[in-house]
Amino acid sequence: MRPVVAAPDSVLSRAGDPVDPLDPEIVALAADLVATMRVAPGCVGLAAPQVGVSAQVFVVDVTGHPRARTCHGTVALCNAEVVEASRWQKGREGCMSVPDLTGDVKRAGHLVVRGTPPGTGEPITLTTDAFEARAFQHEIDHCAGLLFLDRVPGPHAIFARKVYL
Amino acid sequence: MRQTTQVNELAITVVGRDRPGIIADVSAALSRLGLNLTDSTMTLLRGHFAMTLICVGEVDESDVLGMLEPLTADGGLLATAHRVPPEPSGANTGAPYTLLVHGADRLGIVAAVTGVMAEIGGNVTDLTTRLSGTLYLLSAEIDLPSSADFDELLTKLDEVADRLGVEVSLRSGDADVL
Repeated sequence: MRPVVAAPDSVLSRAGDPVDPLDPEIVALAADLVATMRVAPGCVGLAAPQVGVSAQVFVVDVTGHPRARTCHGTVALCNAEVVEASRWQKGREGCMSVPDLTGDVKRAGHLVVRGTPPGTGEPITLTTDAFEARAFQHEIDHCAGLLFLDRVPGPHAIFARKVYL
Repeated sequence: MRQTTQVNELAITVVGRDRPGIIADVSAALSRLGLNLTDSTMTLLRGHFAMTLICVGEVDESDVLGMLEPLTADGGLLATAHRVPPEPSGANTGAPYTLLVHGADRLGIVAAVTGVMAEIGGNVTDLTTRLSGTLYLLSAEIDLPSSADFDELLTKLDEVADRLGVEVSLRSGDADVL
């Protein structure tokens, strides 16, 4: 488990470095991300910059989430990129690194992502939709130094967070 | 009540301690005066209730303040009312852009960023800021004149962002007309 950093920490605004998925430190980082995500109530994804490491690694797990359709369980990916994005839909997002705000962000409801699981040298391609697609896009943004705040469409799309899970 | 027959446009603000029912009370008072609420915004700013309205009716500012007096008498709410000349609406000539700034809170972020916009004749049409912990967030809609040099503007915004240590983005807010 690692402490989660919050905006305005500059690590969150820096594009993460590409990583070697076979590097034992990266494998350990991914394991720590999973452990940290598990203990945070309601957390469905966590990216390396959120624990202060500027690297393109993230984990996602939307198991049991009411807005999820396709679900790949616990997924960890290095150097992930969006291959296809379509069916854009607005939805309200929060983030552990922006704890008191939420925002309406358009995300693709259909998504194809390619990346390499830590500990392997083989890239995989995942096709997903709905809430899992949103989670992937949110985490890939973190790896590129972007917060959901960077994608809100205007002054009236940011809200005070009301519910703490 | 004094008789007035002239139709006035009135700018009214009500700010103060929040509680359920302020909007219902204020709008009922304005309604009793025959005032028509045209454009308004009502929100909470750091827990303070704030409403700004443009109303039209055959009354003047003293009538409004008199009608709101029961609500403001205990000092919980502050109300102002002023007659304003009608403005042409919907006459935007510029191209719409959305500006977003976030970073560590420090003095002068809004002044520096909007100063860059003002220099090139950019008109802020909507702006909100929020302080969340140490994170400061500014989001605005801006009409930029067609004469504006967009690349030069981005360069200037980047300079300001570097100096303030904040992230700035500016993107086109053009609507798709269907």
